[in-house]
Amino acid sequence: MSVNLQIGEDGRLRHFLAIEGLNRTLLTEILDTAESFAGVTEQSVKKVPLLRGRTIVNLFFEASTRTRTTFELAAKRLSADVLNINLNASSAVKGETLLDTLRNLQAMHVDMFVVRHADSGTAHFIARHVQPHVSVINAGDGRHAHPTQAMLDMFTIRREKGPDFGRLSVAIVGDVAHSRVARSQIHALNLLNVGELRIVAPRTLIPAHVESLGVRVFNDLHAGLRDVDVVIMLRLQRERMQGAMLPSEHEYFRLYGLTEDRLSVAKPDVTVMHPGPINRGVEMDSQVADGPRSVILEQVTYGIATRMAVMSMAMHSTPRQENDG
Amino acid sequence: MNETTTITALIDTMAGDLRERVPLDAHTAMVGIHTGGVWVARQLHTRLGIEAPLGELDISFYRDDFTRIGMNPQVRPSQLPFSVDDRHIILVDDVLHTGRTIRAAMNELFDYGRPASITLAVLVERDGRELPIEAAVTGQHMELGEHEHVKLAGPEPLKLEINRAP
Amino acid sequence: MAEGTLHIHGGHLVDPANGIDAPTDLYIADGRIAAIGKAPDGFRADHTLDAGGLHIIPGLVDLCARVREPGQEHKATIDSECRAAAAGGITTLCCPPDTTPVIDTPAVVELIRHRTGQARAARVVSLGALTRNLDGEHLSEMAALKQAGCVGVSNALRPLASTQIERRAFEYAATFDLTVFLYADDPALSANGCLHEGQLSTRLGLPGIPEAAETVAVARDLALIQQTGVRAHFCRLTTERAVRMVARAQFDGLPVSADVAIPYLYLTEMDASEFNPEFHFIPPLRTQNDRDGLLTGLRDGTLGALCSDHQPHEADAKLAPFPATEPGASGLDTLLSLTLKLVQDKHLTLSEAIARVTCGPAAILNLPCGELGVGRVADLCLFDASAHWQVKRENLLSQGKNTPFTGWEMPGRVRFTLRDGQPIFRREAK
Repeated sequence: MSVNLQIGEDGRLRHFLAIEGLNRTLLTEILDTAESFAGVTEQSVKKVPLLRGRTIVNLFFEASTRTRTTFELAAKRLSADVLNINLNASSAVKGETLLDTLRNLQAMHVDMFVVRHADSGTAHFIARHVQPHVSVINAGDGRHAHPTQAMLDMFTIRREKGPDFGRLSVAIVGDVAHSRVARSQIHALNLLNVGELRIVAPRTLIPAHVESLGVRVFNDLHAGLRDVDVVIMLRLQRERMQGAMLPSEHEYFRLYGLTEDRLSVAKPDVTVMHPGPINRGVEMDSQVADGPRSVILEQVTYGIATRMAVMSMAMHSTPRQENDG
Repeated sequence: MNETTTITALIDTMAGDLRERVPLDAHTAMVGIHTGGVWVARQLHTRLGIEAPLGELDISFYRDDFTRIGMNPQVRPSQLPFSVDDRHIILVDDVLHTGRTIRAAMNELFDYGRPASITLAVLVERDGRELPIEAAVTGQHMELGEHEHVKLAGPEPLKLEINRAP
Repeated sequence: MAEGTLHIHGGHLVDPANGIDAPTDLYIADGRIAAIGKAPDGFRADHTLDAGGLHIIPGLVDLCARVREPGQEHKATIDSECRAAAAGGITTLCCPPDTTPVIDTPAVVELIRHRTGQARAARVVSLGALTRNLDGEHLSEMAALKQAGCVGVSNALRPLASTQIERRAFEYAATFDLTVFLYADDPALSANGCLHEGQLSTRLGLPGIPEAAETVAVARDLALIQQTGVRAHFCRLTTERAVRMVARAQFDGLPVSADVAIPYLYLTEMDASEFNPEFHFIPPLRTQNDRDGLLTGLRDGTLGALCSDHQPHEADAKLAPFPATEPGASGLDTLLSLTLKLVQDKHLTLSEAIARVTCGPAAILNLPCGELGVGRVADLCLFDASAHWQVKRENLLSQGKNTPFTGWEMPGRVRFTLRDGQPIFRREAK
């Protein structure tokens, strides 16, 4: 039996790598903690001294201004010092260099790594090789997981619909096969006992054996959206046309794009979400994106409180490093 | 005299002391520390008729033992519905013991601005100070053993409870 | 033990090729089996070997083991790996042509033979490259390679540029009666996959290799084997479907054989669930169903051999996020024990299991070893079936310590290994 890398001996969060392997209690604790930080970010004084004196390193091997910025802001609001390191993953950063990079940074007495990388399993790899007092937060690894995104999405749903996920029907629409966001959302929704979880996509964008993750598969948007409470749209990337998975964005929008008309089969108070950035006219039209049911901008706001929660929870579990003098 | 009456009397005493020590004008504001301090402050705020609404501080994010005891998910955001700059602030708490809570509260207040002065008023004061902090106004001084702790229960009715820790 | 005659007494001989599974003495002279059971007339033993309590089997023939020389000596060398092989009871191992430089000239074949001679341990035979530098386009000088001693030809894991080239390569190999050793993989389907395309690859978000990547290639190759009549061998099949396709082809009389690598009989895709790079294999570990199909194929002889698919790596090769690690496991140290464990777990009888690592692979390589008839080369392995050992870094003799079986309890411990009647390994009893 393997040891759960994410949870320390005291049952507290040690690393935040993936939703899989966590439990409902811990997820709820993260959401509750995020609530208190949401309160802080709505104040005039948005900073708390919680992580003063700690150093957080944003180790991004994949370019991402959005995610990196929210992590940076979250860290600064906790009064931590932030170091941004952007490495180009395509410049053949091999395993040795990754470990060496890690070792060099650790020699500078950092407390936490926030990691984004194109290879699935990178955050786990780093978590296995850091010193005992260092924590790792996964900011997205390959197609595997993006757990902080899933948490902010759960926070959003809880704010919009209340804490009882059991009475909700949620549909995730789009490129599930290539989406780490979708995978994390699926695990989180199931852990929170969502009433019904659907994915809606053409077959080329649905991964093998996806039912084993606990979802109902729909290829038709109309059927997939019927009576749902929440619709989560996934981003469609241009490469899918290149890889012979889709003929065109035009056909994708015709079949799977959100419009007011197509939304009408969902519940009248349906919430529309998107991890961003949106491709207008591909995943949804502007009417929906800017409409009353969309909480896309709130997701961004909640993203900061959620990341503050995860960072402060994971940081606590680390025993203070002994200083020599 | 029963407990509640005693506490009411204590708060009356505190109110009287505060009227003498602090000018109760437009620059004055009162801030209570969650949870017990807020209950006491509410009553004081009413008796003194302070114009500015009552401020409430949750000092969880400013505690110095955060790394040992961890995050409390039930933190409420602090509410300071007035500007802190140039204010004479009456800071209210239920029990003054080590002084660390007051230290955290002052740190938090200074993050909001620069008060003209801070006057500390506590319902109960007991031995055991670990920091150089004293209350200007005290309801009652209590002699307690090393393993005894006093806690204010409430909000209705307010009661002082003494517990022995094992 | 210097030159001279040898009498091995008190051991239990298992020689599946000759149907022997009984307490039997062996008599060896001039590096060959002189007699079995009873001493030949006038035989005088210069040396004796007490094999009491031990099994005697033909030295194992490992159908595929990478010795990493020439070109990747930081991973392993012929010297280190031949010694590790000997310690594992392996007397002959066959290395694929994907060395650096590739085995596409007699010079490289000669280099390997020379280094093997220096090691004085297990013998190494090699497969020649099917195409020059394994480029998949230009035929290699197969006749010269055969003359230099290659036992077959292969394009290893590199693809051929087209079906037309595959056909020509088969025809040319067949001209010289060379067996082609094929890795069944369609590169467009397997792309940059690192796990079986299934439940786990979906959960871990890792690019997957579908079953079709293997079956499409097997179907195509079988059609061309039929067309050209070349003798062919499928290396390391992993899917139940492919095994059935090969069985069907054998039934129809095609000159086709196949083998399985031993890790695939014990592990499945789910073993990689913690992103552990020790379970990174190409071709990938498949499902439980495939595993059962492989065992069935091994039992009924569709899969005529079991090999280690030995791929020793330096530590750094496995110290990276899963998709960035190098695939493959070190296997010389564990081949015999894992084979015996199949018997222990009641998947095969002892004779069946030993056949798959002795006469089975020898027949596929068309080599006169793997059996102990009179006149045969005295390549022998003597092991204690009742001994157990635990797989630990310190216990592995190969330079590659990368094994997914770390911590496993294994049956069987080699006590002596002889090649050409000479001891190449000896382990004292505890």
